[in-house]
Amino acid sequence: MRVPLSWLRDFAPFEGDPVALGETFDDLGMVVEGIERVGEGLDGVVVARVVDIQPIKKADRIRQVHVDIGGPEPVQVVCGAFNFDVGAVVPFATVGAVLPGDFEITARKMRGVDSFGMICSSAELRLADDAEGIMLLPDDLPLGAPVAEALGVEADVVYDLAIEGNRPDANSVVGVARDAAARLKLPFTIPTWTVPRGATPVESLASIAVDTPDLCPRFTATALKGVHIEPSPEWIARRLTLAGMRPINNVVDASNYVMLELGQPTHPYDLDRLPGHGLSVRAARPGETIVTLDGVERRLGDGDDCLICDANGAPVGIGGIMGGGSSEISKTTTRVLLEAAYFTPMAIARTSKRIGLRSEASARFERGCDPLGIERAVERFCQLLGTGEPAAGMLDISTVPAARKSITVRVGRVNALLGTSLDGDAMVSYLTPIGFAAIASDGALDVVPPSFRPDVTTEIEVVEEVARHHGYSNIERTVPRSPFVGSLTPYQKGRRTLKAVLVGAGVSEAMFSPLLAPGDHERAGLPGEALPASDPLAREESVLRTSQLPGLLKSLAFNASHRNPEVSLFEVGHTFGMPSPGDPLPDERERLAVVLAGEEGAPAAKRLLDVILDALHRTDVSLEAGSTEGLHPTRTARIVDGDGQAVGWVGEVDPAVVRAFDVPGRVGWIEADLGLLLPTERVYVQSQAVSKLPSSDIDLAFVVGDDVPAAAVEATLWAAGGELLVGLRLFDVFRGGHVPEGWRSLAYRLRFQATDRTLTEADLAEVRTRCIAAVETAYPGARLRA
Amino acid sequence: MDAAEIDLIEKTGLSRIESAASLDDLRAAETEVLGKKSAIARLNTRLGSLSPDDRKAVGQVINHARARLQAAADERRVALGAEERRRRLEAERLDLTEVLPGPPTRGHLTLITQTRDELEDLFVGMGYAVAEGPEVETDWYNFEALNIPKAHPARSGHDSLYFEWGEPESTLLRTHTSPVQIRVMQTQPPPIYSIMPGKVYRKDTPDARHTPSFSQLEGLVVDRGITFGDMAGTIDTFTRAYFGPGMRSRLRPAYFPFTEPSAEFEVTCAICAGSGCRTCSGTGWIELGGCGMVHPNVFAAVGLDAEEWSGFAFGFGIDRLAQMRHGIADMRVLLDNDIRFIGQF
Repeated sequence: MRVPLSWLRDFAPFEGDPVALGETFDDLGMVVEGIERVGEGLDGVVVARVVDIQPIKKADRIRQVHVDIGGPEPVQVVCGAFNFDVGAVVPFATVGAVLPGDFEITARKMRGVDSFGMICSSAELRLADDAEGIMLLPDDLPLGAPVAEALGVEADVVYDLAIEGNRPDANSVVGVARDAAARLKLPFTIPTWTVPRGATPVESLASIAVDTPDLCPRFTATALKGVHIEPSPEWIARRLTLAGMRPINNVVDASNYVMLELGQPTHPYDLDRLPGHGLSVRAARPGETIVTLDGVERRLGDGDDCLICDANGAPVGIGGIMGGGSSEISKTTTRVLLEAAYFTPMAIARTSKRIGLRSEASARFERGCDPLGIERAVERFCQLLGTGEPAAGMLDISTVPAARKSITVRVGRVNALLGTSLDGDAMVSYLTPIGFAAIASDGALDVVPPSFRPDVTTEIEVVEEVARHHGYSNIERTVPRSPFVGSLTPYQKGRRTLKAVLVGAGVSEAMFSPLLAPGDHERAGLPGEALPASDPLAREESVLRTSQLPGLLKSLAFNASHRNPEVSLFEVGHTFGMPSPGDPLPDERERLAVVLAGEEGAPAAKRLLDVILDALHRTDVSLEAGSTEGLHPTRTARIVDGDGQAVGWVGEVDPAVVRAFDVPGRVGWIEADLGLLLPTERVYVQSQAVSKLPSSDIDLAFVVGDDVPAAAVEATLWAAGGELLVGLRLFDVFRGGHVPEGWRSLAYRLRFQATDRTLTEADLAEVRTRCIAAVETAYPGARLRA
Repeated sequence: MDAAEIDLIEKTGLSRIESAASLDDLRAAETEVLGKKSAIARLNTRLGSLSPDDRKAVGQVINHARARLQAAADERRVALGAEERRRRLEAERLDLTEVLPGPPTRGHLTLITQTRDELEDLFVGMGYAVAEGPEVETDWYNFEALNIPKAHPARSGHDSLYFEWGEPESTLLRTHTSPVQIRVMQTQPPPIYSIMPGKVYRKDTPDARHTPSFSQLEGLVVDRGITFGDMAGTIDTFTRAYFGPGMRSRLRPAYFPFTEPSAEFEVTCAICAGSGCRTCSGTGWIELGGCGMVHPNVFAAVGLDAEEWSGFAFGFGIDRLAQMRHGIADMRVLLDNDIRFIGQF
């Protein structure tokens, strides 16, 4: 909210550096988002009358103007605005004036024409924000007089404050002034406004009724007759402008002024345009519609919406949010009915959200206004209006309790939570100036919060008020000592190992939004079943991903389109399988996915997987034949753990999918469920003695059918080699030549070693024969390659 | 056999040894000069014809000559060895700047991971555990348990993305890491000293400073006698550890439904070191995150006695720290996964 300093000074004598006052606001939680100085830099700006306008040759955007500033001769100036004619009265900055923003006016020449000054817009003078044309002044101002004097402009400072949701009281000038005055130990007073009432009782002019006190606990109406609709006095218009509101007419302006000053929204009706001369409050019926002041038809009644109606029950406004156009104040209005009410905050919040309409009034009502501040607001309205005669009395239907419950605040509890050692009197001295009735006795305070602080209902909110006015920075800082030795879990350590291994292997980490565009899963060959967002901001982010494949492929395509076709990426992130019926949450897993773009594809992925498994000491993990959606049907294998549980997949992305994402070449692929891949407890690999005795290598090549996995042959060799076999490496795969179609040669290097003796030729011959026999027996047709 | 003869033999031998051009040649020279059939060896065989006195004297002269020849050969061997090594090394000289690029290459972690890891390590050093939770949450964990009932105005600031599942607005992408606080307090008795890093989502139009999907880190301490002063001190300790010893922190009142009293915390602007600049709007401070004492209603939601336990929580954006530290002009680049960007760090 925008708060002029001059307005704050109506309630407390704030002096000194405006920036320092801003720091006080900050320190109280009213965050200063901007400080604007207005009405300064007007020295040398005078009232002028335009006496002559001439075009300038070859220049259609500027004109030569002469202005009378009360001197013996008119002054010549070049002006680029066209919104005035001869006779217009305008603000004129003379040579030497320094306008706001340190803009110095000098004599210049434009298109060969001398210019001695500048005719100004209201924005250039920071008097309003109209930068479109020249500011036009009233005709009767004395020529040559300083504009500031002629307009009664005072230098002012406007604070732009961000008010937190729990501080509805600070959404008003008095609220800001009260808080700051308390902190600065300045006297704070709200004047008592009283306007004499006429003889006519209000009941004879209007009536009110409330059907739904739960939505509207207090509803009042005040009638005024003999009102003249006219523009507001300059000072009211100026304050509204500084606060960011547009002046309209004296009645509407007085209502807005009261809202900004006291925080109480009111609504003025033209009493004569109000059928039945009365107002009634009821809940909207399902599907009921109303056209609000902004010209939009609103559908209501899908919940508990509060309607303000005329005496015949026809809607004239949405309670606490926005009025309708039918009974609006107009130029011909003479009798005004002023509504001042208190609406239930949650009801206003719900309706406002449901119909998507927020107003200055609804923003205040939904945070909670002061139900007992209505009388003061009405008096202030009548006093500001200065025209018309209020009828005697006020129509008032209220279920609001006259007094608030008191809260017991334990002095020890406050200090225990804050880490302070304040006594009860000190706490009272913080609370009293901000409107709390607080009495200290026996280690506790009896606290009654003011009616304008609906946020304070229990002890803990009082604790915050004490802390706020004690000053957060005055609380001594201490550091609690954790009784634990901090550490990552085995899973978290494993995840870091995994990332370190991948980075060491040249793979870079990618990151993604968890949301995809509709059709992304299908394009990646995956089932389309995924949770859709109910009200997404953008179509591109509207489906919860079940796989990391689409995202990683998009990133490969992005890099390829920037001339980086061979990129290796991984992501550790969450995927979300469809929830089981009745389960509120999806099947969320943390997974690893790796893409290796290049010519090789699956073999590169398999080698990388071997490194990962080695780093994680997962000797139990093996590969099984198989493939799944989105992956290459014949170049993919399932990763299974020692219990036969599927951990993930390794191999290659389906070439059709790769093409669908515009990625060149092959894409190697690894994916794994980290819950199954990473350790859940600490693993200590047990050492094995390294033999000091010599070892011997034997190379064996077998011709084996294509249907026999190499992993099976390896397993057979390990079993046959027994304890003596300490190393086994596949070093060549050969097809063609003398090897028949459908078969291939697998060449292994086997390393033999004993821990207790040097192996003899006889030992080696025996174990060699055993290995050959084992393979030839296990796989029909398999034989040692000659 | 006289001294002159011995001297001549020695001189001839020395000259042969010194003229040896290679280690092989030196071996040949040694055989010639010092071997069994060498001149000096033959001198020895002639010693027997001398008188015992002369035999002793001459023998000594011969031995000295032999020793000098041997020393000369040893010296020559060292010199030739050094020369051969020099020649061999020169032949394999390599300009290391002409080496062709190839494996091994290094991959790169995202700046978010790097920042998160550093923060985790810092808090682990302060005795904290690292807790994690699901990114898709129920309304109860994300809001209700955190003292944000339905229709609470604070919800509108969260820009929640809900899913079409179950009751309307019951399942959503978590808008903050705070639901993990609830899960930790439900599963672990106090004392609790934990941080909760992770991804969150706000349905908000991306711009240079925000992407809808980003990372937060939240801290939670629940113990006996925990105070607001403890919170301020912990945040200050973290600030100095992460940003540097000269950095300070300050708290100012704020509102969060799940903490009371609540505060925003700011740290010295790293760009201007507190003197005021454009980045900090001239204030010298950068707003980093929110914090506060755990609200009694939150303790009630997880069944903890607010009279026995007190605690504080704090949270801030990991992305923002990375952005400040690495000068990232536009955060949207992070989600492109452009190798030209990732590869810089």
